[in-house]
Amino acid sequence: MTILRVRGLTKRFGDNEVLHGIDLDVVAGERIAILGASGSGKSTLLRCLNFMELPTAGTVELDGKTVGSERGGGRIYRERDLTGVRQRVGMVFQQFNLFPHMTAAGNVMEGLRTVRRQPKAEARARAEKELARVGLAEKADTFPAHLSGGQKQRVAIARALAMDPEMLLFDEPTSALDPELVGEVLTVIRSLAEEGRTMLLVTHELGFAYHVATRVIFLAEGAIHEQGTPDEILKSPKKDKTRAFLAGHRQFSF
Amino acid sequence: MSYQWDFAPVFASAPLLAEGLGNTLRLTAVALAFGLVLGLALALMRLSPRPWFSWPAGFVIEVFRTTPPLVQLFWFFFALPMIVGIEMTPFIAAVVTFSIQSSAFFAEVFRAGIQSIERGQWEGALAIGMSRRQALNRIVLPQAVTRMIPAFMERAIELMKTTTLVATIAYADLLYDANAVAQKTYRPLETFTVAALVYFVVIFAFSLLGRRLERRLAVGGDSTVH
Ligand SMILES: Nc1ncnc2c1ncn2[C@@H]1O[C@H](COP(=O)(O)OP(=O)(O)OP(=O)(O)O)[C@@H](O)[C@H]1O
Ligand SMILES: [Mg+2]
Repeated sequence: MTILRVRGLTKRFGDNEVLHGIDLDVVAGERIAILGASGSGKSTLLRCLNFMELPTAGTVELDGKTVGSERGGGRIYRERDLTGVRQRVGMVFQQFNLFPHMTAAGNVMEGLRTVRRQPKAEARARAEKELARVGLAEKADTFPAHLSGGQKQRVAIARALAMDPEMLLFDEPTSALDPELVGEVLTVIRSLAEEGRTMLLVTHELGFAYHVATRVIFLAEGAIHEQGTPDEILKSPKKDKTRAFLAGHRQFSF
Repeated sequence: MSYQWDFAPVFASAPLLAEGLGNTLRLTAVALAFGLVLGLALALMRLSPRPWFSWPAGFVIEVFRTTPPLVQLFWFFFALPMIVGIEMTPFIAAVVTFSIQSSAFFAEVFRAGIQSIERGQWEGALAIGMSRRQALNRIVLPQAVTRMIPAFMERAIELMKTTTLVATIAYADLLYDANAVAQKTYRPLETFTVAALVYFVVIFAFSLLGRRLERRLAVGGDSTVH
């Protein structure tokens, strides 16, 4: 079942066209790793899917319904459309973006309380469950300032999970972490993969992508340059740019 | 010839001075409350991407920051009643003047505070489905306000000092009453010394309170990035 259908997605910043008409279908349960050189548009693509950036042109269709409404040949996006989409498409950021004035549990409860208007006790119970899932049950009442980077990112994942998203977007979730903290976050993401969650993941951890992804997309200059199974793309890429990119990352092990 | 200090006549007029202080505090508190609410509204308008919100707000802010407060006070007390044809009491004129005047400054404090919050905080909030308003109220403002307290305190103190201008339109604030006492007792030195001390004590106590509040709010959630 296709849950996300992207057609002709184009994004311009001023005169700079960053995405040139991306087409992408995501089937439930797929785990897509997005690779590409710096500046190729990986983050922008991901951010257009939950409308952190509004597409300049093209459509994003979620569960068969195109987001936004047509007007004068383009599309307009009302706030209510966007808040709805974002509850269904969760996002985990490179820099965590935890709320520093709230505890770990407070961070996880926030969407349930403010967006879903859940009673406090119910939201708290859910937050504890999600924190336990990422291995941080005992940190529920700790403020972000007292957590390590890896712990912060796991809280951020719990915060996204609490909203029951149909799909999760990860933008380089381990790039801001000290090397020794990367493993704990990847372990959590792998466990989500084992649950069969639908995920799009921008990463430079090629070994992780190889083992966890069901599909790999190589992005170059704002377009999908090559895509296929992890074996096809990571082991026997057909196109020169993909090969050149992988040659720069040869240190990864399968 | 050395001056013979005599505070007795001044202390005998303590009830009048106390009444003046009460009026000063009342005016400051009312103008502060209106100024904060109006200041937040102006800041949000100013930050709006829509010019028909941001321009009027910018205009009000600039006008009130760049004209002398005494001119503003005279304008609202003497000039405005001529246009709208209503009677202005000194208190109303003072409240209107100092509310708008302080809101112009508070607006800039709010704006700087809101803009000091990293984009990632907005994005973290929007990504779990919050509206911009919810993100502002729940995530951005609570953090911004904590950072803004010192600037708020400074403006509030400035406001209380500026309220002494109302003596010129015969509103019976502390300075106005002190002046009356000085003339009645022929003891201006003692009277104005006492008045200055009262201002000092009130404002100093207020700033201590502010520092405690700042510390209290900084506990737990710290204001560093991440
Ligand atoms: N908000 C923005 N305003 C203007 N230009 C932007 C903005 N965001 C991204 N860009 C530009 O869009 C292009 C693609 O950026 P993007 O962040 O999507 O790349 P990326 O593939 O994620 O790179 P990296 O690997 O460095 O994260 C870059 O040229 C960048 O400068
Ligand atoms: Mg990026």
